[in-house]
Amino acid sequence: MSALSGLAVQVVLLTVLPPLLPGLIGRVKSWMAGRSGPSLLQPYRDLFRLLHKGAVYSRTVTWVFVAGPAVSLAATFLAGLLLPLASSRAPLAFSGDLILFVALMGLGRFLMMAAALDTGSSFEGMAASREAAFSALAEPALLLVLTTLAVASGELSLSGILGGLGSLPAVTPARLLAAGALGAVLLAENARIPIDDPATHLELTMVHEGMILDHSGPDLAAIEYAAAMKLFVTSALLAAVIAPGLAARPPAFAAGALVVAVVVGLVESATARLRLPRVKQFLVGASALGAVALAAALFARGTP
Amino acid sequence: MSAVADLLLALLILVGLYMVSTSRLHACVRASALQGILLGLLPIALRWANGIVPLDLPVVTLAAGAIAIKAIAIPRLLVRSIREAGVRREVEPMVSLHGSILGAAVLIGLAFWLGERMVLPFPVGSKLLVPAAISNVLLGFLIVVARRKAITQVVGYLALENGVFVFGLALARQQPILVELSVLLDVLVGVFVMGIAIHHISRTFDHLDTDALASLRE
Repeated sequence: MSALSGLAVQVVLLTVLPPLLPGLIGRVKSWMAGRSGPSLLQPYRDLFRLLHKGAVYSRTVTWVFVAGPAVSLAATFLAGLLLPLASSRAPLAFSGDLILFVALMGLGRFLMMAAALDTGSSFEGMAASREAAFSALAEPALLLVLTTLAVASGELSLSGILGGLGSLPAVTPARLLAAGALGAVLLAENARIPIDDPATHLELTMVHEGMILDHSGPDLAAIEYAAAMKLFVTSALLAAVIAPGLAARPPAFAAGALVVAVVVGLVESATARLRLPRVKQFLVGASALGAVALAAALFARGTP
Repeated sequence: MSAVADLLLALLILVGLYMVSTSRLHACVRASALQGILLGLLPIALRWANGIVPLDLPVVTLAAGAIAIKAIAIPRLLVRSIREAGVRREVEPMVSLHGSILGAAVLIGLAFWLGERMVLPFPVGSKLLVPAAISNVLLGFLIVVARRKAITQVVGYLALENGVFVFGLALARQQPILVELSVLLDVLVGVFVMGIAIHHISRTFDHLDTDALASLRE
């Protein structure tokens, strides 16, 4: 596949597929609860509807409020371009891009929190503070996991890592532990159930939903779209870590991400949300898991 | 195939980490039972990894003994003493659970570092064996030191002993079965004695807080 068509396939995959994942999770949860559930295409319809509405802005907000959704969507899209979805070398791949991947995730989140604080609403401030606490604990775990994979494969770019993992044995302790920690990070990053309940209607318990209470119309659409894209990007990363043969095969990659979404739906159906202090424990545990994975990877490399 | 042995040892470290991080007493005891099962399977996996016939009478005896004692007898004893002594169902950590998890991660890192320095003179079937043994010993120490209840201290002692058991599997090449079986028996006796001590502590003080033992009474 030439570079240009690879880029085209990647962009199409990244823009078209993401809203399917929340739909799939919703469907799995409905099935588990014995309901038939909304259509798989419902998130697409929601996005379409929101795009055709007007936005309401409070008199107190500044440009930060509008920048939040836009930057978060752009940052997530850029992070998606770092993954080798359609060709063995991602469109934006360079040595050390795994740091940029984590930084882009952080940038999107930072501006979302700034936009939430910009409204001056107490609920949104509380939600932003929780988001800050959780992401401060989830970020080291993500960095540790990516470092582990970099050590295990001897590469510094995500494309190289996911390509290099393919030549390693499928089940090594380091990779298993890294996949576990990455799964925990995925749940935290995407505000899924043991960390945050996306379906809650009580403002006091909201985290991600709380931050977007004041957003409406196209802004809200951008946020929902960015959230779906983030879910897609992190699911694809997890799928590729577990089964590295997926790299550079777009249909297999998409299928892997969908399987991860189904598993997330099953986890959401089977577990209850954790109490707030327990969330921190869960995320510190994920970081500890990442640290152990790194130790195992360094050890496996050190002794020939 | 050393993959199975590697996996068992990695799970052993993971269960140790879980034991440090859980806040429920029963989960702690159940994790210790799970470690017993893993330890029972380990000698078989190690022999397989070394290319020896995995099953013969002494190994099967060792596996069955380890599972019977570590995974069935001792956990039942502990659950019984939890019930009879009416212990509250939470572990009472002296160091906060977050602190314990971070401490455990540091200890496991230390164990891997030590494992890299400590090269055994003969192949043992899995590179993870020494780090897994040391990290379980250290995590056991951590649980003994950082928890307030007598029951958790017994669980910590068991984790420590599990580490020693793994190490024994690596070192005792000639007569491992004899040594390990005698160790298993020792542990059972030890836990019996601790069970009796726990009953005495709870009868004398109405609770199992070992802090009370530090102050003198008339």
